[in-house]
Amino acid sequence: MRSIRLGAGAGYSGDRIEPAVDLAASGELDYLVFECLAERTIALAQGVRQADPDAGYDPLLEQRIRAVLPAASHSRTRIISNMGAANPLAAARRICGIAGEFGLALKVAAVTGDDVLDVVTSGDWPIEETGGRISDLGDRLLSANAYLGAAPIVEALAAGADVVITGRVADPALFLAPMIHEFGWAFDDWNRLGQGTLIGHLMECAGQVTGGYFADPGRKYVAGLARLGFPIAEVRADGAAVITKLPGTGGAVTAATCKEQLLYEIHDPAAYFQPDLIADFSDAYVEEIAPDRVRILGGRGRPHNGALKVSVGYLDGWIGEGEISYAGPGAVARGRLAIEIVRERLAITKVDLSEIRADLIGLNSLHPGASSAEPPEVRLRIAGRTQSQAEALRIGNEVETLYTNGPAGGGGASKTARRVVAVVSVLIPHELAHPRVEILETTS
Amino acid sequence: MKLRDVAHSRTGDKGNTSNISVIAYRAEDFPRIRELVTAERVRTQLAGLTPSTVTRFELPKLGALNFVIAGALGGGVTRSLALDAHGKALSSILLDMDL
Repeated sequence: MRSIRLGAGAGYSGDRIEPAVDLAASGELDYLVFECLAERTIALAQGVRQADPDAGYDPLLEQRIRAVLPAASHSRTRIISNMGAANPLAAARRICGIAGEFGLALKVAAVTGDDVLDVVTSGDWPIEETGGRISDLGDRLLSANAYLGAAPIVEALAAGADVVITGRVADPALFLAPMIHEFGWAFDDWNRLGQGTLIGHLMECAGQVTGGYFADPGRKYVAGLARLGFPIAEVRADGAAVITKLPGTGGAVTAATCKEQLLYEIHDPAAYFQPDLIADFSDAYVEEIAPDRVRILGGRGRPHNGALKVSVGYLDGWIGEGEISYAGPGAVARGRLAIEIVRERLAITKVDLSEIRADLIGLNSLHPGASSAEPPEVRLRIAGRTQSQAEALRIGNEVETLYTNGPAGGGGASKTARRVVAVVSVLIPHELAHPRVEILETTS
Repeated sequence: MKLRDVAHSRTGDKGNTSNISVIAYRAEDFPRIRELVTAERVRTQLAGLTPSTVTRFELPKLGALNFVIAGALGGGVTRSLALDAHGKALSSILLDMDL
């Protein structure tokens, strides 16, 4: 039975570069897929694009493409990525420019149409998370991008694209699309699409299935995390797949690493909502068949419900933070005293806060209500939400003045203020999004 | 005995909802984990987060449970004031549960 080899070249926008270079050079891949788009990345990138119409794609696109394009082109490995972010067309033009420098003849497809800001602003849609409406966001609304499915990527591959660059697409669809294209799976072959989505889900975070984010000395050992190999999926035409990695790279592919990733960011495993289907992982299972080779089976699917998820970015004020550390006997008591002082100062000086949080890092910052043990040192952290940058800066200032005005022995004060770009979602009918594929070509 | 002795775990986040898997190292331990690690016990273990709901899903073929913990992330990663806005450290806290 026919099979294809898919590699994952990145699991987030800032991911390591070399594992993808290794995959392009010696993975004998048919496809190398880069998933680089976090929830709020597009909202931030829209602002960049407004300032410069040729910008708004992933800032590491150029570096990643330069690193893998010659080897990928030589081994006829096609590249699929959502690094187009807010401007897939400009990203495709840039990739053509890089191909030109290397003297490569290339077809680069840009998938657009995920930007549905017009649709979202023309109907006052309910917001899933808050129970509010889009109009509540007023002029703070930045962006609205629908999670597109596999279809436009399949269309681009059918048109012969060597590189497909998208904006917002459901992450597993980046992997599902080449399976549909290669094996001719129908868009209503629900169980195949479900199994393909399962494989895409396992692959989309790259190193998180090959032993990254897994090691726990004393319980779970993983060797070579500094040279972690990224995953390869060998997928058969019937959907059966093996997850593996390149020999000689660090990390491990085991039943346990695959199970952890299988449930990562999953709610009801029987209802994983995707643009093309509702995937069902409740009967999925994994089998170790050889060292670093795990067979993945049992993904299923059923028809989607007609709703397309749209990620809406909006400005949500500012967060100001200040930190300072205390050590030795009494560190916790001095940290607590410092918190009281800062709270009182913020009230006296009338800093306009809508929410505030105080933690002692080393004691309770990751889990409020943790142990009462006395650690050898703690780091006070105060964070507050404000409407303006000026107010946000005042929070860190009140922590910094603990140097000369607070408890004894405070050291290493730091302060920041950052603008908050928050994300909520709305659901729109499928037919309101209009994906488009545009092909650019270079000649050698 | 701690849950960490018999199971491993990973946390994911979507909006203001955290999901935490609990996966048995050995299949033979799964029935006992299923019996003892209830949604109610998970809520108690993570009480500091004041979640609105805790829902448990069972995946016997993986020897795993999946806990979906709503309202636990201070508004979600894009706006939370928390240091660990994703709640990524919660899996380690859950594994500290006494069995």
